[in-house]
Amino acid sequence: MMSETVSNTRSMNMIEAIRDAHDVAMERDDAVVAFGEDVGYFGGVFRCTAGLQEKYGPSRCFDAPIAESGLVGAGIGMAVYGLKPVVEIQFADYITPAYDQISQEMSRIRYRSNGEFTVPMVVRTPTGGGIYGGQTHSQSPEAIFTHVCGIKVVIPSNPYDAKGLLMASIEDPDPVVFLEPKRLYNGPFEGYHDRALQSWKEHEDGRVPEGYYSIPLGEAKFCRGGRAVTVLAYGNMVHVCMAAVEESGVDAEVIDLRSLIPLDLDTIEESVKKTGRCVIVHEATKTSGYGAELMALVQERCFYHLEAPITRVTGWDTPYPHAQEWTYFPGPARVADALKKVVGAR
Amino acid sequence: MDGFAGSSPDAPRSQAQTEPKRGFRVPQPPARPGEAPDFSTLNLGQPGALPLVDAEADVTAFEPFHHDLLRVLDDDGMAQGPWASLVTPADVQAALKAMIRTRAFDARMMRAQRQGKTSFYMQCLGEEAIAVGAALASNPEDMHFPTYRQQGLLFARSIDPETLMNQIYSNKEDPLEGRQLPVLYSFKEHGFFTLSGNLATQWPQAVGWAMASAMTQDDKVAVAWIGDGATAEGDWHQGNLFASVYRAPAILCVVNNQWAISTTNAFAGADKNTFAARMASYGMPALRVDGNDLLAVMAAMRLSVQRARAGLGAVGIEFLTYRGGAHSTSDDPTKYRARDEAGVWPLGDPIHRLKQHAMVTGLMTEDHITDLEVAAENEMREAEARAEANGLVHGGEGADGAKMFSQVYAEMPGRLVEQSQEAGFDDV
Repeated sequence: MMSETVSNTRSMNMIEAIRDAHDVAMERDDAVVAFGEDVGYFGGVFRCTAGLQEKYGPSRCFDAPIAESGLVGAGIGMAVYGLKPVVEIQFADYITPAYDQISQEMSRIRYRSNGEFTVPMVVRTPTGGGIYGGQTHSQSPEAIFTHVCGIKVVIPSNPYDAKGLLMASIEDPDPVVFLEPKRLYNGPFEGYHDRALQSWKEHEDGRVPEGYYSIPLGEAKFCRGGRAVTVLAYGNMVHVCMAAVEESGVDAEVIDLRSLIPLDLDTIEESVKKTGRCVIVHEATKTSGYGAELMALVQERCFYHLEAPITRVTGWDTPYPHAQEWTYFPGPARVADALKKVVGAR
Repeated sequence: MDGFAGSSPDAPRSQAQTEPKRGFRVPQPPARPGEAPDFSTLNLGQPGALPLVDAEADVTAFEPFHHDLLRVLDDDGMAQGPWASLVTPADVQAALKAMIRTRAFDARMMRAQRQGKTSFYMQCLGEEAIAVGAALASNPEDMHFPTYRQQGLLFARSIDPETLMNQIYSNKEDPLEGRQLPVLYSFKEHGFFTLSGNLATQWPQAVGWAMASAMTQDDKVAVAWIGDGATAEGDWHQGNLFASVYRAPAILCVVNNQWAISTTNAFAGADKNTFAARMASYGMPALRVDGNDLLAVMAAMRLSVQRARAGLGAVGIEFLTYRGGAHSTSDDPTKYRARDEAGVWPLGDPIHRLKQHAMVTGLMTEDHITDLEVAAENEMREAEARAEANGLVHGGEGADGAKMFSQVYAEMPGRLVEQSQEAGFDDV
């Protein structure tokens, strides 16, 4: 799975893993540069670029105006020149001013120039809720990117994957939107908001190899093998689904997609054909969410193997509320209910 | 610029019936169909009136150029003032040839569009001096981020016109293999960035390219292009800010040709302040230049490129000009502007003016210029014959259909392999 074996591992949270990926990539390749709002001197509001300006100088890691379209537009120009920019958008909720540059430009410069000009760049942004962030610090906008041809969409669920996938994204010849579940930055989160915070220190995937490794984009990961039902999840929801399996006692196969574009459809197909049942879980709103695409694909590929309707558990079709955060957030109880219902269907 | 409407029975205006309330206004152009064009409000200054500044002068030295117009050629075709020293006779000869070829190409393609050989074309009639002068004043290694009205850049770089026509015809030899609307070229080898079609997006991209050049200790400069109308987009303002903040080696060129399809440049604020002054407000030097005066264009561009290459940051240039033709072959300007407006544009026609200059200075004879024009016409006719022989998409001989599935990504993903097979293409 890893493209290089590294023996030394270190305990890292997701922030440290992302910072380390930058560090290793910048060390290996002078063309890698990082910039964004508060990214330089301060090291980012979530600290994902801490220390990089000090280490690599202000020409390789720097702050930017509060101007997302300009940020991505300038990044595109740098990538066209031959650099590998890693641009941070402070919150995914703030990415829409750059949507024109992302969806019409970054994604299509290779195509429209017949490969004369290419845009090897990464747009990183914290996504998802669970942090009492309200409407404008909690959204999960992955579906507005998966709908665009020409970009890749990646979303890790733990520090180990975050570093390896970010490395692969930086090295990718095509533009990547890299969504970081901000609730997972400091520890895994199973959706029990009233329980004590967990730390990555006690988690297997918080052990991160030092130095270089990468995880290929488009390879899903089995979090748990099972025979009763296939669960497709990514980001925050991977941990919620694992808790829901525990809660429900259902023998589910839980798959962390890790990258939405490209999608590891073969793994999904194989699993659903085995279990005959499928539950899709995401935090984003339901209608026209990525779950709809997954549902369509599973239906197309696995229809004659299905023993129950494919079921989605998602955020409700409302803006992300503040006080009602835990009603919105698809927690383990809702997922467990869906698992029991789907397994019980006949 | 207000107050011109309603004077003609031809003008379908309704201001007469509804007086504006509390100062609300909708800007009006100098003239609509049936009205007499009036450009008397433009500040045109005098040729040779402005002093030459040092390329590395303090930003304040550029203040006279924010509102006054940098001009070199006078009405008699003579070069006036110190800026003329930045342009050589060889520049004039090369530029005139490229401008004549640009116009001949446009004429040939306008005819081809009327003949149904292409669905769409965009000419740059009356604006030839701007792109040609800018190309000749920059290096081939520099990168231009053009709009669809800078084809002159390519003729100044001696491109084979057949290549452009193949793109316009979307035929088997189209370098973009049918992916793009006619005229949205891409020519990396000629320092010509892929054209978008979405307006203003190239502005911050050019600035980013320039930043990368500076960040890597390179000496290349980027040249950004935009029309007056598209400066209303947020990307123009953000690009200007980035250029100023990071001191990017970029030349930021606003082609103020008065019209954005059917609307006056006043919708982009042109009647409130010049584009040069607005760029200067970001803290960079800016020049307002007669865009129909090749010598002024080249001089301004050469000084700006020199400044940017020296590491002193971006320079903004507003080229004052007039869009001689329609926006594109899809609109009819007689429906929205006065018929004879181009004829009364006070800065004349750029090719006519440069020819006059070449002749009155003894640089070229009338016969020599006529030879250039005949040669350009022949060149374009022959190139078109070759391009047509490669097929016309509207004649059913377009680029290879299977190509539409490639170059979406570096490697074709499985879903596109499946979809191309579903679309009937077996060997991808």
